[in-house]
Amino acid sequence: MASIDIANIQKSYGVHPVLHDVDLKIRDGEFVVLVGPSGCGKSTLLRMIAGLESVTGGEIRIAGKRVNELAPKDRDIAMVFQSYALYPHMSVARNMSYSLRLRKTPKERIATVVTGAAAKLGLEPLLERRPKALSGGQRQRVAMGRAIVRQPKAFLFDEPLSNLDARLREQMRAEIKKLHKDLGATSIYVTHDQIEAMTLADRIVAMNAGVVQQVGSPLDLYDRPANLFVAGFIGSPGMNFFEGTSRAGDRPLFEIAGDIGIPLDAPPPLANNAQATLGIRPEHIVLAGHGPETLLATVDLVEPTGFGIILHLSLGRAGFKVFTNDRSFLTASGTVPVHFPAHSLHFFDSEGNRV
Amino acid sequence: MRAKSVFLTVAHRLAILAYIAFALFPLFWLLKVAVTPNDLLYSEGIRLWPSRASLEHFDFVLRHSAFPVFFRNSLIVSGSTAVVVTILASLSGYALSRFRFRGKYWLVTLMLLTQMFPLVMLVAPIFKILSPLGLTNSLTGLVIVYSAFNVPFATFLMQSFFDGIPKDLEEAAMIDGATQFVAFRQIILPLTLPGIAATLGFVFTAAWSELLFSLMLISGNDQATFPVGLLSFVSKFSVDFGQMMAAGVLALIPACLFFLLIQRYLVQGLTAGAVKG
Repeated sequence: MASIDIANIQKSYGVHPVLHDVDLKIRDGEFVVLVGPSGCGKSTLLRMIAGLESVTGGEIRIAGKRVNELAPKDRDIAMVFQSYALYPHMSVARNMSYSLRLRKTPKERIATVVTGAAAKLGLEPLLERRPKALSGGQRQRVAMGRAIVRQPKAFLFDEPLSNLDARLREQMRAEIKKLHKDLGATSIYVTHDQIEAMTLADRIVAMNAGVVQQVGSPLDLYDRPANLFVAGFIGSPGMNFFEGTSRAGDRPLFEIAGDIGIPLDAPPPLANNAQATLGIRPEHIVLAGHGPETLLATVDLVEPTGFGIILHLSLGRAGFKVFTNDRSFLTASGTVPVHFPAHSLHFFDSEGNRV
Repeated sequence: MRAKSVFLTVAHRLAILAYIAFALFPLFWLLKVAVTPNDLLYSEGIRLWPSRASLEHFDFVLRHSAFPVFFRNSLIVSGSTAVVVTILASLSGYALSRFRFRGKYWLVTLMLLTQMFPLVMLVAPIFKILSPLGLTNSLTGLVIVYSAFNVPFATFLMQSFFDGIPKDLEEAAMIDGATQFVAFRQIILPLTLPGIAATLGFVFTAAWSELLFSLMLISGNDQATFPVGLLSFVSKFSVDFGQMMAAGVLALIPACLFFLLIQRYLVQGLTAGAVKG
């Protein structure tokens, strides 16, 4: 196990920069998730740590040792690929033991380690099978088994669950979390799925367009997103945004298109008449009247999810979503009263940064 | 509707049968002439099967002609060419498939260019080059020439097979502790066996049936390959059709055996290459 330090890492393909000055310190035994939309550079960063991509600028240290120029085989890390990348011409056992055989580990030791890993992952009955005779979930387990037999300094996961169906993904997600609890190994996990990021991570690194947007615990990112990108990316259904102007006074308002004023229980952290974006999560909007200035929103659409209901509402021209568990809204039509509690509001300035 | 689909199936099968008959007829004729005794060759020239068959031509070819020498020479030349070309093409095909390097575009263009000449144009210059090196009238010279001509196409063929193998596999191997070369040898090469078989087969047959260079670079029977040897059955005043055909039938045997050995990989190989190339 080891810490991983990433200092001012840059990457360009020719003249096209894909990563700008990424700084990240990953502690020993920590589970860090890199999350962001496709093309944000998260996979490139992971592959640079693995040694599969060259480093344009900056420094990567594993356990304090600079690895920029080291070949992947000398970095002592294990990686799980999205495509599983199992060797098709080798049995499951040989797939798992390949790294040990390359290191000339004694046969008895290989047998013990492979059996142990197989037991941990429930692969014992499959050890003699070829990868093509396995289901997607089993292949995924073999790929993880191949990683854990080595007891490497760190585990790298490159969207390992993206090729699985939803149920299996949920199951494997829990297994990965359990595995990390058992092994306590430093892990870096790349995904575009914010649910995976939220459920697995000790810390999330949200990335966009080659720039780190925010680093923090899952709840940090959920409760205090640093900017509009993180606010919109974390959470499902996504946060609602209203562009408008703050109006101070006895009763502070946030005025959105169509001269609609959203009453604010407390003065916002904004200058009077400042242009800003107000954000609120669908699960934080209260569907109830509140005083004389109750806002009435038009019901556009009702989406039952079983667990709850997503209401698509609009205030003037601004559409937004509300999540509720109250089944009486299944038949909602016309207008409903809405209230935006002050402690659930997020404000972002015209640059998109949190105020 | 059903009658129509039955009719279409029958028509389809008949068309395939007709094609097979058309394609295989020359081979049948080869065999037919080979077993026809000389006295019947002209009197029963257009019968589908002679009234009396004999193996006398085979006997003559094997025991009294230089055919075994030609056969051995062809085997040496084709086998060596196939092995040399396949090794070179595997390495260069892998490089083209996996590495980015300066001048790659021009290298590929140049290799394509070599495939655009009629070979006849090159006979004289190649003779001029090989002659002072003592490589005319030698099997080694032939292997070199055949290899040079076959490497570009074989490289493209192998490249398409390597392109079909996901890069993740060797990256996984490299993270598991392999160097790029070990990953190539232990992971990629075994998966490319169909491609290697297809390349071996293609080059082997190309060299086996090559006549032009063999004819121009080899003089005398000692170093002659089989296609040149066949010409020795043509004398000034007559052509020994029976013996020539018997030799032809014998020459088919190694090619058939070879393809029988690799056909399992070949079918897989050619389709994989076709789709992914």
